[in-house]
Amino acid sequence: MKHYSAFAVAREALRHHMGWERAWASPEPKKKYDVIIVGAGGHGLATAYYLGKNFGITNVAVLEKGWLGGGNTGRNTTIIRSNYLQDPSAAIYEKSRSLYETLSQDLNYNIMFSPRGLIMLAQTEHEVRGYLRTAHANALQGVSTEFISAARVKEIVPIINLDGPRYPVLGGLYQARGGTARHDAVAWGYARACSAMGMHILQKCEVTGISRENGRVTGVTTNRGDIGCDKLGIVVAGHSGHLADMAGFRLPIESVALQALVSEPIKPCMDCVVMANTVHGYMSQSDKGEMVIGGGTDGYNNYTQRGSFHHIEETVRALIETFPMVARLKMLRQWGGIVDVTGDRSPILSKTPVDGIFINCGWGTGGFKAIPGSGWGFAELMAKGHSPLCDEFGLDRFYQGRFIDESVAAGVAH
Amino acid sequence: MLILTCPCCGVTGEETEFHQGGEAHLKRFGPGSADDDFHTYMFAKENPKGAHFERWRHNNGCGKWFIMARDTVTLEVYGTYPAQTFEPPQYIRDAITAKRPGWAWRDFA
Repeated sequence: MKHYSAFAVAREALRHHMGWERAWASPEPKKKYDVIIVGAGGHGLATAYYLGKNFGITNVAVLEKGWLGGGNTGRNTTIIRSNYLQDPSAAIYEKSRSLYETLSQDLNYNIMFSPRGLIMLAQTEHEVRGYLRTAHANALQGVSTEFISAARVKEIVPIINLDGPRYPVLGGLYQARGGTARHDAVAWGYARACSAMGMHILQKCEVTGISRENGRVTGVTTNRGDIGCDKLGIVVAGHSGHLADMAGFRLPIESVALQALVSEPIKPCMDCVVMANTVHGYMSQSDKGEMVIGGGTDGYNNYTQRGSFHHIEETVRALIETFPMVARLKMLRQWGGIVDVTGDRSPILSKTPVDGIFINCGWGTGGFKAIPGSGWGFAELMAKGHSPLCDEFGLDRFYQGRFIDESVAAGVAH
Repeated sequence: MLILTCPCCGVTGEETEFHQGGEAHLKRFGPGSADDDFHTYMFAKENPKGAHFERWRHNNGCGKWFIMARDTVTLEVYGTYPAQTFEPPQYIRDAITAKRPGWAWRDFA
């Protein structure tokens, strides 16, 4: 792997940019790997990267049925935060956020991490109390957040309308080191680093079956032939239930479409991420100037990557009340991704009923922010059998009624 | 956007008139049942990529519950039938088989 640097840009400029090499290789599959990860999205690639970097396991293949980072990694609204209420969530999301701080340097790939600050608006008395509670919990967890007044919100986000007719802004939960990053670059950076360690990234390689012997995984069947493995990591977000079905077990997961949309690019007007969970809309401005807007999930299971139109209407209605100036913006694009939602809105990082199969799923509507932390913890789980970051997120928590309840307790957009 | 016909009142409407209420044809386990059975009933989801049986309620209409067979990939509605039905009727199964040959009711059982 050639090092990226200002010097490299200058050198290549003199050679008419003919000397750049491909960021990752596209090898033919081997007969067998120590570890196979299904899903070359952010979480899968991060898992492979930390398997190599932290545990020296490099005989790894990452299988992807489409193209690298083409699922939810390329479809999210790129928001990074760690202001969760429950301790296990705060631990893994804060680990993730702190890894994002230095990820560009670690990967030698500019992921454009922009800790521009993030506000969750409190627009009812209940939300005020809820966020005060979260701010106190975060203080105990070592996550830097604060509850700020409505006046301070207006100071940070001048385009906001505080006295909306239905839900006036009463304050907000502010995380100054929250923000955004370039989502594709996160996948590409991890992929490049994995490839440099000798791992195989196999795109257009769809898993169609999972082979087992005596309750233990032996490999996978793919459209590029059978591939053996000692350990299998399933990291496929919305399609987790489908893969679990191949392995013969069921998950506490429902897959639904979640939508997002972007406006035409405009001049910089908001250097902060704002989430309005009561009216359900959230917005940030990309470096290109587009307003990036997150919508709601569909009310029924589906795998269509589109989403229902009335959810766009709800989201846009909420945003126009909160930011009157966006009423005149044209929307450029709209798309959907399939998110894997658990009952307690917390992820699953776990062993499974089949020996050697591990699953990382259930990130639901908020997986992008967790990519480095999830990869870090899941790699440890796969390498050592347990991980302090993942232990609370086992599948057995449903059996034991030990939920990590983020769906009603914290300010989580879902 | 789904267009549904309520089998209870016969009205056809789009999806905002209805509300989905989860997987249908569940075998329920209550107090005193084995932990495994309760866990499976409560949490394990079929979440299929294909034909899905689910409960819907005609919220902004007659208010009654019914069951719908729907394809989660194409969003095609195979049909709706009354909630007082223990298994999908034959014409619904035929409609699904026509689009998804080899499909079987309750692979999980």
